[in-house]
Amino acid sequence: MEQQKETATLGMWLFLVTEVMFFGGMFCAYLIYRMDYYTAWVAGSERMNIYLGTTNTAVLICSSLTMVLAVHFAKLGNRKATAIFLVLTILLGLGFLGIKGVEYHEHWVHHEFPGPNFHFDAPKPGAALQYSPKNVEIFFSLYFAMTGLHAIHMIIGVGLLTWLLVRNARGDFSAYYNSPIEMTGLYWHFVDVVWIYLFPLLYLIRHK
Amino acid sequence: MAMASAAITQDEKPNYLNADYGIKSWLLTTDHKRIALLYLISITMFFFLGGFFAMLIRLELLTPAGDLVTSDTYNKLFTMHGIVMVFLFLIPAVPTVLGNFLVPMMIGAKDLAFPKLNLASWYVYILGGCWVLYAIITGGVDTGWTFYTPYSTTFSNTNVVAAAVGIFIAGFSSIFTGINFIVTIHRMRAPGLTWRRLPLFIWSNYATSVIMVLGTPVLAITLLLVAAERLFHLGIFNAQLGGDPLLFQHLFWFYSHPAVYIMILPGMGVISEVVTCFSRKRVFGYDFVALASICIAVLGFLVWAHHMFVAGISVYAAMVFSLLTFFVAIPSAVKVFNWIATMYQGSISFETPMLYAFGFIGLFTMGGMTGLFLGSLGIDVHVHDTYFVVAHFHYVMVGGMVMAYMCGLHFWWPKITGKMYPEGWAKLSALLTFVGFNLTFFPQFILGYMGMPRRYHAYPPEFQVLNVLSTAGASVLAVGYVLPMIYFVWSLRYGQDAGPNPWRAAGLEWMTSSPPPTSNFETTPVVTWEAYNYDEIDKQQEVPVAS
Repeated sequence: MEQQKETATLGMWLFLVTEVMFFGGMFCAYLIYRMDYYTAWVAGSERMNIYLGTTNTAVLICSSLTMVLAVHFAKLGNRKATAIFLVLTILLGLGFLGIKGVEYHEHWVHHEFPGPNFHFDAPKPGAALQYSPKNVEIFFSLYFAMTGLHAIHMIIGVGLLTWLLVRNARGDFSAYYNSPIEMTGLYWHFVDVVWIYLFPLLYLIRHK
Repeated sequence: MAMASAAITQDEKPNYLNADYGIKSWLLTTDHKRIALLYLISITMFFFLGGFFAMLIRLELLTPAGDLVTSDTYNKLFTMHGIVMVFLFLIPAVPTVLGNFLVPMMIGAKDLAFPKLNLASWYVYILGGCWVLYAIITGGVDTGWTFYTPYSTTFSNTNVVAAAVGIFIAGFSSIFTGINFIVTIHRMRAPGLTWRRLPLFIWSNYATSVIMVLGTPVLAITLLLVAAERLFHLGIFNAQLGGDPLLFQHLFWFYSHPAVYIMILPGMGVISEVVTCFSRKRVFGYDFVALASICIAVLGFLVWAHHMFVAGISVYAAMVFSLLTFFVAIPSAVKVFNWIATMYQGSISFETPMLYAFGFIGLFTMGGMTGLFLGSLGIDVHVHDTYFVVAHFHYVMVGGMVMAYMCGLHFWWPKITGKMYPEGWAKLSALLTFVGFNLTFFPQFILGYMGMPRRYHAYPPEFQVLNVLSTAGASVLAVGYVLPMIYFVWSLRYGQDAGPNPWRAAGLEWMTSSPPPTSNFETTPVVTWEAYNYDEIDKQQEVPVAS
């Protein structure tokens, strides 16, 4: 069983490496364009709702805590506590997605979604921050692509957690066998870490 | 009295083929050997689909005028040929067919680390493949398999999104296989099987898996961004917004260059196994060949922009990538030299697998060297986007990789099926393949050098003779591929029973029956010998001559 757990752990870490490379492509695009269009990046970032973003960050970090606790109690064989913390993690994850939905809606009604409906005010001629609204559309393209992909991973994570909840209720897990919970925990923490990178890069650029 | 083997037929001994019957036992199997066969059938079908597109291309190119198909259709033909051959045949072939079958056996394990993930990998491959088929049937794609922007994101009116999604899905098949192999090789080796006792086929598949795991996700995100730009106007590559079409090329080639090493490394692993067996000698410089696999994997990630020398990158960047491209040729050359040194003073025999191996060594070397020409900036300016490039990559991919795949299929066919293929027909097919291949693709080097552009359905009349030679060669090559399909199937019923080790080869897979039992070995082997211990094997089997 120990060998099986070590094997599963190695497999999950390898999968997380692929996820790093997956998100990495977009981080690469972000970095290159930020170098070229810094002022547009500032302009776009200033349109982010920093309160909702910070709240979401706190929500996700809490969900990582509840996930750790779920794994902890699973290892102790405490089915009830495991269930409670799995449910809390799911609720926090859904809360994150809900807040994200609100943010997306706000952007949409302000014509900040790329495409034919995109509109971003050009800077006034004497203003301190000069940028091209076209470049801001690229910022928003990356914003929606990166947070969208992140949200899809969250949805998958919530799905996995729900399945774990079902298996836990069935009595599949014990102090002896609980690696699915631990592996899902690794995945969940990874998705959290991606957000930790996304948040400052997208929300916290401010004009110097 | 030598070994008198009892005449036990295939049907009587329990093995993985007769362990269970019925379609469910195949479609829901977790036995790596059965999954390998599922892959064998699907990959063969996609190979012939890709070959069908190639046939149409070569038929069009018989005449200088664009008279068989319209230019738009021709664009779809070479695109679909590329997509099917690269993503649905070359990338999976050796790892999923030979690798899946042999990796656990070569390390003395009962199965891969994650058998259900292995089955999922096949289903994901089928789903991706069917998605690509859907894209083909509903009108095809005409962007080239390289999907360059802004044509793919903005101007093309074909099924770009469907094709991109199909390839995206198929990519997960690669990732799952790669994860499975890495974990298996790390964690499931038999007692006594240290890293330096592993067959080189394992080293090659390990290096391949590392590339699969690191590179495929980058292709995934790149294709996803193309689809997002088409569907949701997320204009990351849109020049009108300040986006950079070259960013697409960098991201695309960051995967697609290592991808070519995914394609060739497993083939090289096959060659290492076959050359040692048919030279009856341990491989020359085992450590260097193993290390070369790792170096190819690492260096392969550093050279991607050699596909972009004339795309508008800076000359200084081009110089760096050119230098790195020269470096990545070195470990490949090390392997070729070591194979040849293995043969030196070996006891060489010319069974079909060895014929394919000889073909591989010669043709891969030519392909590799022409890769160096392409990696030289001055030459590349002249031959980029000409048939010289087409000839180069077909030499390494078809002359190299497909030959290695055929080599491996013939070498391990007795193990997989318990039957021998007919040697005469097999030798003929190998010869036809070699002759047909050279007739098809050597003229293309000349055509490219003379300036014939690639991806054009019409060309100046002075290029016709070479094009006709090329098409004639393709017909011969096709026969060389169809014949094995026929005699392999024939051998299943009428082939001679093979026995556990018809080649007297080294390797754990030969120490169990043919076809193997479901659990591969009666008892887990304990390994105390070096890889390719042919001197010991040949000494053991020396039968004293009766006087």
